Amino acid sequence: MGETVIRAVDGVSLEVFSGEFVALLGSSGSGKSSVLNLIAGLDRPTSGSVVVNDRDLAQLSREELARYRLHTVGMVFQSFNLIASMTLAENVELPMRFAEIERGKRDSLAREALTRVGLQSRMSHRPSELSGGEQQRAALARALINRPQLLLADEPTGNLDSHTGTEIMDMVREFNEKLGMTVVMVTHERALAERYAQRLIFLADGKLVSDETNANAVGAERGRL
Amino acid sequence: MKLPDLAELALRNLRESVLRNSLTTIGISVGVASLVAMLSLGIGLQQLASRRLMKSGLFDTVVVTSRRDLRNFGRDDERTAPPPGESRILDEPTRIEIEHLPNVMEAYPDIRFITELRYEDKPHLTMVAALPSSAKSNDAFEAVQGQFFSSDIAPEVVIQKTFAEELLGKTPKTGLDETNVAVVAAPLLGKELTMRYAQREAAPSTAGNAGASSDQGAAGAAYSVVSRELKLQIVGVADLDPESMRGPTRARVFLPLKLAESLHVMQPTDLREISRAAAGSQPVYSSVSVRVKNPAEIHAIEDAIKKMGFNTFSILDATRSLQQFFAVLDVFLGIFGSLALAVASIGIVNTLVMAILERRREIGIMKAIGASDGDVKRLFFAEAGAMGILGGILGVILGWAIGQVINLGTNIYLKRQSLPPEHFWAVPWWLVAFALVFAFGVSLVSGLYPAGRAARLDPVQALRYE
Repeated sequence: MGETVIRAVDGVSLEVFSGEFVALLGSSGSGKSSVLNLIAGLDRPTSGSVVVNDRDLAQLSREELARYRLHTVGMVFQSFNLIASMTLAENVELPMRFAEIERGKRDSLAREALTRVGLQSRMSHRPSELSGGEQQRAALARALINRPQLLLADEPTGNLDSHTGTEIMDMVREFNEKLGMTVVMVTHERALAERYAQRLIFLADGKLVSDETNANAVGAERGRL
Repeated sequence: MKLPDLAELALRNLRESVLRNSLTTIGISVGVASLVAMLSLGIGLQQLASRRLMKSGLFDTVVVTSRRDLRNFGRDDERTAPPPGESRILDEPTRIEIEHLPNVMEAYPDIRFITELRYEDKPHLTMVAALPSSAKSNDAFEAVQGQFFSSDIAPEVVIQKTFAEELLGKTPKTGLDETNVAVVAAPLLGKELTMRYAQREAAPSTAGNAGASSDQGAAGAAYSVVSRELKLQIVGVADLDPESMRGPTRARVFLPLKLAESLHVMQPTDLREISRAAAGSQPVYSSVSVRVKNPAEIHAIEDAIKKMGFNTFSILDATRSLQQFFAVLDVFLGIFGSLALAVASIGIVNTLVMAILERRREIGIMKAIGASDGDVKRLFFAEAGAMGILGGILGVILGWAIGQVINLGTNIYLKRQSLPPEHFWAVPWWLVAFALVFAFGVSLVSGLYPAGRAARLDPVQALRYE
């Protein structure tokens, strides 16, 4: 009897600095997504701590974690995770509803965000009417709508062809560079990580294997998250 | 999340699986409809019963009798009260005393006597009663044909429909073939009736002049009885029986009170009171009717009059047990009506639990992008509440329609049975409001479990679920 305890993440200790672009690499089951979920405040560690902006996520209440996810974190997923029954504009607007932003302001902000990712003509379309690349762009617009400090991407190009994948990654890098947004991306494509990330962290079996600065990396502004 | 956003999202979600949610909503509306139908039947029946009582005109009236009068209404009083011989007499000073009690509108002597009335030279024997001018507001005289007495001393009468029929030589009929009062009234209004009555004349001071003489040697007071005649004009015919609650002593001919008093008609109590030394020139009444300003005060007034040493009786005593009966009936009807709503509430739980399974991923996404447990919970509550309100509105309309159909059906049946149509179906506004609030409340309670379950959903699990 008893549950089998799976240690998805075991004794991983890492520090990400403000404005960094970090890639978490590893084969499937290595625990990289679990690390991302911990940083996103979707999951809690059974022991240890996740400190963001001097706040230990492990100590926050469920309500505080929700607020943290709303204001501090933006997330994009491999499967886009747009709500199928809503138009793009409504999808992008949704986090602002949770943040209780006024209706009038929400419309213009959603329009602005979709324009920034080149989807101004698709605002009233539903996700199923769009290509994967377009959906992921809309997901990016949604992730950034509440101006988070931290963008978490879980295999953002996993469901896209290499061309659209590059398009998305260029956008992510642009946000990282222009808006000074910290990016933590989970991927299993080493090439992609080497092209965009300043730091590559390798995980295997829930343990940190290596943490190296990418040669291509442009020195990021150093400051503790 | 703000309320308008919540409502908007909830309605959008309901539209997404429109068939399932419509069916659930219809379930609620059937539940509400049965509740509304049951309760409106109970309320309607109660209103029907009290309407009948109100029309009796005795609803706000206390009948006061002397304890010397041995045919008491309240027989219990006899045990505690002083023996009849020592109790007070119901005379004019007493009447004035009662009239000055708080909340008493008026107290008037109950003058009623059986006498002969001649119409077109045919004698008719009936009970005649005096009415104060205030009786004009009595519901029974609302639909009077002709008019009420022009003054309190006018030699006029208002007759009851059955008596009018008797005068015309018609057999009174009941049921739907009942003759219209207007038909009976038309040939009688303005006609004359000749009333024969026995007048009591105080004898000791004035010498008996008209035939009858009194025993001068008797101790104390004495009077003579003179037979008299009076011509009266029929001014009105009443459709409803204002004295239907009085049973065998009910009157069918009504005179103005002051006129009746001036006639000094021989009363049954006169014979008894003559044996009392104290009996003077003041009349003694067999009973006094006390009209109260507010039926709610009737009990206090009854108590006060009882303390004065009289017996009292009011219709409200009789209606109290009736009210109790209807309260119990309403509770039972309400319980049966609520059963359907209880079944419908299980439908809400089912629908929402299904929705959680279906929208598991959506809930996960909402949580990932910042929705709190509370947001998710409130969203499901809002969906349950919206179904409740929509179901409630539909249900009230449906319940009302069912009531109309049953009312119609029953009236057709009543017609076949030659009974007058009745409106025994009532949907008061408070019932509509109560049904809506109740439907909303039940749906929220039903949403409790699904909403809690949705709120507790683990976003990591939900997002992994494909």
